[in-house]
Amino acid sequence: MDFSLTEKQKMIRRVTREFAEKHIAPIAEESDQQSRLDPQVMEEMKKMGYFGTCIPKEYGGAGLHEDTISFCIITEEIGRIDASWSITTGVHASVCAYPIYKFGTEEQKQKFLIPLAKGEKLGVFALTEANAGSDAGGVETNAYLDGDEWVLNGSKIFATNGGIAETLLVVTKTGQKGKRKELTVFIVDTNTPGYSVGVREDKLGVRASNTSELVFQDVRIPKENVLGSVGSGFRIGLQILDYGRILMAAQCVGLGQAALEASIKYANERVQFGRPIGSFQGVQWKIADMGVAVECARLLTYQAAWMCDNGLEYGTMGSMAKLKASEAAMQATHDAVQIHGGYGLMKAYAVERYFRDAKMAEIYEGTSEIQRMVIAQKLLRRGY
Amino acid sequence: MKIFTCIKQVPGVSEVKIDPKTNTLVRKGIPSITNPMDNNATELALSIKEKHGGEVIALSMGPPQAEEVLRQALAMGADEAYLLTDRAFAGADTLATSHTLGLAIKKILKDSGDEKKYLVICGTQAIDGDTAQVGPELAEELGLPQITYVQKCELKGDKIITERVFRSEETVIIESKLPALISVLKEVNDPRFPTMTGIVNAHEEMEVKYLNANDLKAGKENIGLTGSKTEVFKIFIPEKKGKHVVLEGSVEEMVQQLCNNLKEDKLL
Ligand SMILES: Cc1cc2nc3c(=O)[nH]c(=O)nc-3n(C[C@H](O)[C@H](O)[C@H](O)COP(=O)(O)OP(=O)(O)OC[C@H]3O[C@@H](n4cnc5c(N)ncnc54)[C@H](O)[C@@H]3O)c2cc1C
Ligand SMILES: Cc1cc2nc3c(=O)[nH]c(=O)nc-3n(C[C@H](O)[C@H](O)[C@H](O)COP(=O)(O)OP(=O)(O)OC[C@H]3O[C@@H](n4cnc5c(N)ncnc54)[C@H](O)[C@@H]3O)c2cc1C
Repeated sequence: MDFSLTEKQKMIRRVTREFAEKHIAPIAEESDQQSRLDPQVMEEMKKMGYFGTCIPKEYGGAGLHEDTISFCIITEEIGRIDASWSITTGVHASVCAYPIYKFGTEEQKQKFLIPLAKGEKLGVFALTEANAGSDAGGVETNAYLDGDEWVLNGSKIFATNGGIAETLLVVTKTGQKGKRKELTVFIVDTNTPGYSVGVREDKLGVRASNTSELVFQDVRIPKENVLGSVGSGFRIGLQILDYGRILMAAQCVGLGQAALEASIKYANERVQFGRPIGSFQGVQWKIADMGVAVECARLLTYQAAWMCDNGLEYGTMGSMAKLKASEAAMQATHDAVQIHGGYGLMKAYAVERYFRDAKMAEIYEGTSEIQRMVIAQKLLRRGY
Repeated sequence: MKIFTCIKQVPGVSEVKIDPKTNTLVRKGIPSITNPMDNNATELALSIKEKHGGEVIALSMGPPQAEEVLRQALAMGADEAYLLTDRAFAGADTLATSHTLGLAIKKILKDSGDEKKYLVICGTQAIDGDTAQVGPELAEELGLPQITYVQKCELKGDKIITERVFRSEETVIIESKLPALISVLKEVNDPRFPTMTGIVNAHEEMEVKYLNANDLKAGKENIGLTGSKTEVFKIFIPEKKGKHVVLEGSVEEMVQQLCNNLKEDKLL
């Protein structure tokens, strides 16, 4: 067993950290308050290749499709500075671009994947609906075949990148087999007539990230835009989420790391009762627990990524990583605010933002309850 | 046209610590980085290449782990990288360093058919050794005109036009025909970050070529410790001696007091 990163991975971490500190950190607070992704940062991120991390070079990506650990490191380092950016690139690359690479036809890759990988177009994975959250089986957005086209109707909510994207993966009901719905994933170009963006959500955390409602009214999709095959939506959808979860875990590792670093710094600087507060056991224990939680989360995340890269079944490990990392981030950011005292509640300190951002992670890409459910089912079936 | 950039790996701290027992730099636990101004050198080389064409060749002399700074140059966009590494190069002072770098440049030029028009770009100074001598000495080795402390630079035809900082406040415009050597300040540009694709290529598709003393046909007497004209007897951080005195009163009184103090200390 070897836990060391390769030279390439080390350079990716160092460069991404420097990049995020230089370009994202100075405007992170402003972006949060204005609920806005800075267009200049967007351009810089495109140039760096962060929108096509996990896509092969021949499709315009960075060529890290077999190095999910590097993808995690990138997402972690961006998340360490601003989770709004890590969710934007993470979702775009892991649950929109990557599935097209994995399940798409050569024509779909040429047409949709290349602009996504280069960041020329942003991507969405739209599953959640008003009546279908944790229960994906509740999907009501539907499509029927009319000649050579599918006609889509319905609406999706809470879609990350929804209002700024041009390429959507939409999970749609295309039939019924007994009690089971038959689902299909469509690639939808947002320029198609009948498509519109509904409300953009105003949120507690990851505020700069765009979370929007998507509305489909008789949107006609050419037959060639089916991802995988008709009726494979449930299977593909689960695989897409399995992969995406590793990256959501990675961004939580970054968020937890940020909370830990801010706490260490503050505990060493803030003096009360004539001593730095870091010398008090009550504060020390929080720091210790934070450190342990973040390291556990990192190990699980990298392990899930490693299993993915080595062709092993990684779904459960990914769920474990996502559960542990989001809860570690929640705990760490909660304690970070506590260690900062009153200042921790103020906008002037980044921990206030970290705390709000962390809460989101326990909900999206499967709530903590759903992760526990999935993990338990697996463990109970497997018997160890 | 070949554009050479010389890159030194240095400890990534602003204050170097010295082991008082061995008189050497404390390197343990300190990450190594590219000497910051050398990133400016690489950036300049790349921007010249993008405008005028050419080939960017990164060079470093150092132990095998210095490969890392060359990989970074490749990730930024350099076309080739050479690591000059050999036990015989160890302990080099600035003269031996520039001699070795010079041999490598001559060899690369010769092997590629003796190109006459080329440019060598160094950082002005390294954050550890800090002598700012390697650039100028390397120019002498190669018999090139040199322009140091460059803060602006442009290539026009076969001339390089530079703005050089002069006596820290003034600037002078200096032109030189190629081949030439320039050493740059950090003000010359804002170095690009290597892209993700660049990093992947630098590690998976490109190689850092190694050159040893034999490859360079270097004479023992001119390289490494034996080729060094200077010798470090002792390195130390100067102790803070003497006391700190604050003078008070009117200007006349303070001046009077200062003169008295200096006379007392036999400094005046
Ligand atoms: C910022 C943000 C970004 C998002 N981005 C996307 C996106 O890009 N694409 C997309 O499709 N969706 C996205 N979502 C939606 C997200 O995945 C859902 O909100 C999430 O899956 C939960 O669904 P829900 O909100 O309907 O909650 P519900 O499913 O209604 O859950 C409510 C509560 O009940 C609990 N619960 C439900 N079922 C069970 C059970 N069986 N046992 C125990 N407890 C249970 C849940 O854990 C939760 O606590 C995003 C959400 C947010 C907040
Ligand atoms: C603690 C310490 C004490 C030293 N004492 C002496 C001494 O007493 N006498 C003496 O002559 N030297 C001394 N040196 C210098 C030493 O031998 C050098 O590290 C080396 O020769 C380069 O000099 P420099 O670091 O001053 O580089 P500088 O001349 O400041 O560097 C200018 C530029 O030259 C290029 N360059 C420098 N070194 C390399 C390299 N290895 N590979 C590729 N490019 C390079 C880079 O572009 C760099 O930006 C000392 C160094 C240290 C760290």
